[in-house]
Amino acid sequence: MNENGHNVVDIRSLKKYYPVRGGVFKRHIADLKAVDDIDLSIRKGECLGLVGESGCGKTTLGKTILRLHEATDGRIYFDQPKDKIEEVERLLASQRPEEIARGKTLLGIMDITRVSRKRLLALRKKLQIVFQDPSNSLNPRMLVKNIVAEPLVTQKLVESRELEDKVVSLLNTVGLAREHLMRYPHEFSGGQRQRIAIARALATNPDFVLMDEPTSALDVSVQAQILNLLKKLQSDFSLTYLFVTHHLLVVKYISNRIAVMYLGKIVELSETEELFTNPLHPYTKALLSAIPVPDPDTGIEKIILSGDVPNPIDPPSGCRFHPRCRHAREVCREEVPKLESAGEAHQVSCHLWREL
Amino acid sequence: MEKLIETEDLYTNFFTFEGVVRALNGVSVVVNQGETYGLVGESGCGKSVTVRSMMRIVQEPGKIVGGKILLFLSSEDRQKGIDIIKRSEAFMESIRGDDISMIFQEASTSLNPVLSIRDQVGESFLLHRRGELLEETLKQLADELKSNGFPLAMAWKGFQRWLFRRELESLRRYEKHVKEIDRELYELEEKTDPRSTRRKSSLNARRDRLSEHDFLVSAVKKSPFLERYYKKIHKIVENKIIELLKSLGVPNPANVLKSYPHELSGGMQQRIVIAIALACNPTLLIADEPTSNLDVTIQAQIIELIKMLKENIITSVLFITHDLGLVAEVCERVTVMYAGDTCETTSVKELFKNPLHPYTKGLLSSVPRIEQVEKLHTIPGTVPNLINPPAGCRFHPRCPSAMKICAERKPPMVEYKEGHTVSCHLYPGEEV
Repeated sequence: MNENGHNVVDIRSLKKYYPVRGGVFKRHIADLKAVDDIDLSIRKGECLGLVGESGCGKTTLGKTILRLHEATDGRIYFDQPKDKIEEVERLLASQRPEEIARGKTLLGIMDITRVSRKRLLALRKKLQIVFQDPSNSLNPRMLVKNIVAEPLVTQKLVESRELEDKVVSLLNTVGLAREHLMRYPHEFSGGQRQRIAIARALATNPDFVLMDEPTSALDVSVQAQILNLLKKLQSDFSLTYLFVTHHLLVVKYISNRIAVMYLGKIVELSETEELFTNPLHPYTKALLSAIPVPDPDTGIEKIILSGDVPNPIDPPSGCRFHPRCRHAREVCREEVPKLESAGEAHQVSCHLWREL
Repeated sequence: MEKLIETEDLYTNFFTFEGVVRALNGVSVVVNQGETYGLVGESGCGKSVTVRSMMRIVQEPGKIVGGKILLFLSSEDRQKGIDIIKRSEAFMESIRGDDISMIFQEASTSLNPVLSIRDQVGESFLLHRRGELLEETLKQLADELKSNGFPLAMAWKGFQRWLFRRELESLRRYEKHVKEIDRELYELEEKTDPRSTRRKSSLNARRDRLSEHDFLVSAVKKSPFLERYYKKIHKIVENKIIELLKSLGVPNPANVLKSYPHELSGGMQQRIVIAIALACNPTLLIADEPTSNLDVTIQAQIIELIKMLKENIITSVLFITHDLGLVAEVCERVTVMYAGDTCETTSVKELFKNPLHPYTKGLLSSVPRIEQVEKLHTIPGTVPNLINPPAGCRFHPRCPSAMKICAERKPPMVEYKEGHTVSCHLYPGEEV
């Protein structure tokens, strides 16, 4: 990855809270902080892996980028030059009201969370998603032909005459053929259904595809097929992936960089090799040691975390990982650690990473 | 090594509207005393059906259509084993949850949402260990009756003791009866002449009908005020559950006892399911993908727990999973299954070092590894539909080294070297 390559997606202090309502009048009593103050940039042409346990907010973060969820606060820039983003950030941070106002008007065009519906439709052409379970994400009453053609029709990209050829060529790229056109999703196996979902995502020729656990519902041998296909497509179509998963070995295989999330925060962000050879955050270390290794002779000592992921409605004070961390100290309980740079292309959010 | 449970050429079919699904195609596995045995394979390969057949809980429209399941439990039936397919349902009920118990795949769906944890864990104590519970209660009551107390209370306690004694007597009578029938059945097992066949079926029917029903005890249990006498037993069961939950690392067991499944987290639910399975100290614990819906860190906790239990409490574990990593970590011996066939059986180390069957090789190389850099190997195609499975070796349409004979004849199970059997035409030899 070249450092100067510009970012496809630039996320600045993004927050997504779900209101929790209770009492007789359904008062707003608390917030479920699914994504809490996240800064993240996804470079052009890379595959960024987003790893974490269930309930840590990784899917929410992904879907907020596509504006399938409305963000509570924060900015998501899509495909904007770096200096322009910095300019807007400077305007927003300034003290003078007129500069802030100008920043806000600029945001109206640049920020995914604020653009108008009309612009959003155009943006959606560039942002696509592959969902977790293909048996739920494909409409059982639609033919494969119509499923794959739907984005093309809505975006008015192809004339109806050429539609079928376009769909067939899309199916070919994912390893299906013309004979599959007139079938329904239930006639396919899990792996083939996921291929259809991928073809649908590629239909509008996107720049950025969100992969929301695309292989977790598949068997090992089929998973390998899909992973290889995704890798091939990425280089063929110069795609950028955000690969959300809980499976560390899958993410290791497919990603260039990995972000580890815990309870709505990114705890570590690093290049893949670096993360696996030199994990800094205690949570990442525990996650890595918990992977079952398909080799009976590995003598890796396991770090078993005690307890469960805490409730995100009432997260622990300070570092959110401290109740399960075996190195926790006083400072972890009180101060929230910042994501700080720990060497080249490696960021970690822990008070004690230097000592551990 | 002594065998504990063995299936011989087991065939299980599902009779659906679309046709007969041939889920098991002659499965032979042996679980020995004191080992952790793994069954690996992709979804639909028949690993769950195998263990469900072992427990005889194959769901409708499934049916065991051929083969033997031999159980070697007590020392007296070590020689030839009990063929549990031929035994009565009542016999199976006495074994399930007592000698063999099972952890099901999804904890959240295998727990009953309308019963509290206390009721669900306590059920197996009350079902299988009632005799011991009654004895314990009687001992307690005897102590209480020795001391002086308020006359009415003492009278109530005396009444309880009388009832418990009566219940214990009828239970013992029932157990004696059952034992006699089981012994006779065991002796008749191998005989096939018409006379003993008739005798067998009548004995099996009698065992199903047999009950320990005692009119007086059940009348008291149903009457509105008098049924309170049974609370004593529930109190004892509660203490046992608390002890059990504590040993499984459940924090604050007294509170967990009163809660319902939805109030617990996924890892905690799985612990409860394990507690239900362990309540009666089973000889064999069957774990059917116990961690498939859990996070990695929670999975590590549960695996550690199962390993700990294997060392301290249960003798044998039959571990089913699709994750080769878990197999490497937990099991000692493994069978790889594909579409109802057993491909290969060997020790774990041998399996990873020297896999023989082409499917095993494919499976091992399609798992992403930590040191993975080159392209992932894949097995082309998908698992076949078992209504119309491929003839011969069921793997041959996907096999890179398929030969002509593969499509014609099912390969026999061959001993390649000691402790390593494989079923593939690439390895000729004599059938075991």
